[in-house]
Amino acid sequence: MDLQLIWFLLITVLWTGYFVLEGFDFGVGMLLPILGGRSRGPEGAAEVERRRRVLINTIGPVWDGNEVWVLTAGGATFAAFPHWYATLFSGFYLPLLLILVALIVRNMGFEYRHKRDDDTWRRRWDLAIVIGSVVPAFLWGVAFANIVWGVPINADMEYTGTLFTLLGPVGLLGGLTTTALFLTHGAIYVSLKTVGEIRFQARAFAWKAGLVAALLAVVFLGVMMVHTGSPLSWALSFLAAVFLVIGLVMIRAGHEGKAFLGSLLAIALAVWALFAALFPDVMPSSTNPAWSLTYQNASASDLTLKIMTGAALIFTPIVLLYTGYTYWVFRKRIGTQHIPAPHEPTDQLLAQDERGQRIG
Amino acid sequence: MDNLDLARWQFAITTVYHFLFVPITIGMSAVVAGFHTAFIRTRGEHWDRLAQFFSKLFLINFALGLVTGIVQEFQFGMNWSSYSRFVGDIFGAPLAFEALLAFFLESTFLGLWIFGRGRMPEKLHAATIWIVHIGTVLSAYFILAANSFMQHPVGYRYNPETRRAELTDFVAVLFNKVQLVTFPHVIFAAYMAGGAMVLAVALWHWRRRQGLAELSESDESAGATSVLASRGGLRDREMYRRAARVGAIVTLVAGLGVVVSGDLQGKVMTEVQPMKMAAAEALYETAEPAPFSIFTVGTLDGSKPLASVEIPGLLSFLGTGSFSGRVQGINDLKKQYAETYAGNPLTADAGGYVPNIPLSYWTFRLMIGVGLLSMALAAWSLWITRHPNHLGTSRRERAWWHWLIIATPLLPVVGCSFGWIFTEVGRQPWLVFGQMTTATGVSPSVASWEVLLSMTVYTVLYAALAVIEVSLFLKYAKAGAQPVAQPDDHSDEDSTLAFAY
Repeated sequence: MDLQLIWFLLITVLWTGYFVLEGFDFGVGMLLPILGGRSRGPEGAAEVERRRRVLINTIGPVWDGNEVWVLTAGGATFAAFPHWYATLFSGFYLPLLLILVALIVRNMGFEYRHKRDDDTWRRRWDLAIVIGSVVPAFLWGVAFANIVWGVPINADMEYTGTLFTLLGPVGLLGGLTTTALFLTHGAIYVSLKTVGEIRFQARAFAWKAGLVAALLAVVFLGVMMVHTGSPLSWALSFLAAVFLVIGLVMIRAGHEGKAFLGSLLAIALAVWALFAALFPDVMPSSTNPAWSLTYQNASASDLTLKIMTGAALIFTPIVLLYTGYTYWVFRKRIGTQHIPAPHEPTDQLLAQDERGQRIG
Repeated sequence: MDNLDLARWQFAITTVYHFLFVPITIGMSAVVAGFHTAFIRTRGEHWDRLAQFFSKLFLINFALGLVTGIVQEFQFGMNWSSYSRFVGDIFGAPLAFEALLAFFLESTFLGLWIFGRGRMPEKLHAATIWIVHIGTVLSAYFILAANSFMQHPVGYRYNPETRRAELTDFVAVLFNKVQLVTFPHVIFAAYMAGGAMVLAVALWHWRRRQGLAELSESDESAGATSVLASRGGLRDREMYRRAARVGAIVTLVAGLGVVVSGDLQGKVMTEVQPMKMAAAEALYETAEPAPFSIFTVGTLDGSKPLASVEIPGLLSFLGTGSFSGRVQGINDLKKQYAETYAGNPLTADAGGYVPNIPLSYWTFRLMIGVGLLSMALAAWSLWITRHPNHLGTSRRERAWWHWLIIATPLLPVVGCSFGWIFTEVGRQPWLVFGQMTTATGVSPSVASWEVLLSMTVYTVLYAALAVIEVSLFLKYAKAGAQPVAQPDDHSDEDSTLAFAY
């Protein structure tokens, strides 16, 4: 097997890792207002706050590691397919800017939300987390729909479209599909990681969101496959749909683990279907097929690919091993009873001496 | 402003901002790991409290370093796509390695460390923060290897068929001689920044509890309650004194490392980029021996000095290791570069191959100046904290020296900024030295309004986040080390988490 093909497959693996893992992070972020409850309800504001913290803490120790998959995908694309990286990142400029801003405010939300015991503070970071989850969930779908469908690219491998080229019907359909899929994936994840009322509400919501996601996914993958599918990509699309349905049946039956495996495989297979449909191009040109970027004309030299292959073969298993260990350490389900009281540091000098004013 | 200027400004703003947080992250993760390990080994509760306290500050800082780092990786493709195409074969690999080897390590083990207290074996838990630190250092190694390629390209050949630079020797790229002096220089500077942060915060708390020490010495008649109450405060005072001394020693030792590695770096740089070092001194004519000017009054670019303080032969020593060595001047180099490079569109430069002289000259001096100043402050802090009951300095001096404490953590960080501005501005007009000019690297498909828009968005967002970060940092820093609850051995299914977001 030639190195360029290996790297086409490895890039596929990296994006798969990103979407199956950060997919549920995005889902959990979007679920904050949905499963987090309403402050007017019988449970009251304190309960709402505990529920939101349960949601955030289901991904607390892992979201950051999950996000590294996209950085690795970006870095690996730069190294293995410099032209793909250059065309894609300069061409999809504004969507990527929005994704970056969204990821920034979302991450800051996770890190800073609990650092002050202040309702306004928390409310604002909640907003950052929700927007920061919806926007990338939607825009990654838009981006991949366009990559596979083809965008205007000239003879110099430069993107010649605008933002609105990307926001066509196919792009929007792709965005809605990933948003619904990640929402479902996230709800199943929450049902798998929590105890108490929130677990059952997550189950019920996953079923409803899943039906919408399944409908969108079937239409989206169907449209993509009719446009550019191969027998392999058709088969993978079909399997993706099957596993999504299995996942939904399982969550309906209360088998959360199996349901999670179902939605995870459905997302993975959908990514593979898209990459299979893309092959041998990496960015087809809608202007002139001869100007398309392919896994061969966009690639790095053999030496670079060889070194990168060695690194990937050694380090990817190690990464998977310690990532697996993290999930194992934090395997316990959590519920509102596990959430400690909100905490702010207090001035220890004043606490120790009532004459602190004088000596401080 | 056109695309080029905007893209350069954007890179400057986002990179300098990103690098305000990076050195503190690298340095503080090591100190926190040290405190945590000291607790595991000695069981001294104060080490645990210090580890927890400084880890909170470290994490507040880490968050911003992380998010601004994502922008950096995307920016090469977004604003510098021609550059990415030209060097991707070489430059991309260290970036991919950085993500695969360093980012996964940092993120995953930081998650384990933050949430893992009481949930995993104690020693393994302490090891995770060391792994985080190793991740930050590895990350620095790879990204500096990539930068060193831009400073001094090695291990590649130009392929006329693909019209790009292609890798021939990855080991040469990773062990570039510029990299071998730059990496220690940057890492030592990071330890300085981390050490100075710990020093400043601890010293502030130590000084704040000065009154307690005076009370217990002079105010023997005070009521039993207040004596008891201040006992805890006195214990804390000693804890902060120790932390301050740890921070001061780290700053001082790392400072020596910065000086030595910086000296070596100057010699390598004189060899591979003589123009940068000539610009650093505003040395127009080749000189043998060349003096080093501490400062100059006159024209800003030093071409017509009215008054300057010069040390004869010092530039020769810095550049060549001999006080009488020959240092090439700007005018000679200009001629030389024009002859070598003017013929090729990738390397032709209308500006005459001269970087911005005033900026190079002053950032070079300021970098050295603030570095030495922060070492002096660290040394002085060691002196005033030498004895547990020593009250620092006299009452009159106390009024002003805490202002110096505020400067202490800022100096190394500002020094890093000056260092980066110097080394990147001094390389201009080159993007990759001798291979491609900065002007040829920008994205041709991106409109200038798009670059302006993204630059504005980042600047406004970064400014807002800075305000939030600093206010949160100060709040946590002022509160001081909190009492630490040891993980409960009898935890059952329903006990609360030791840490939760």
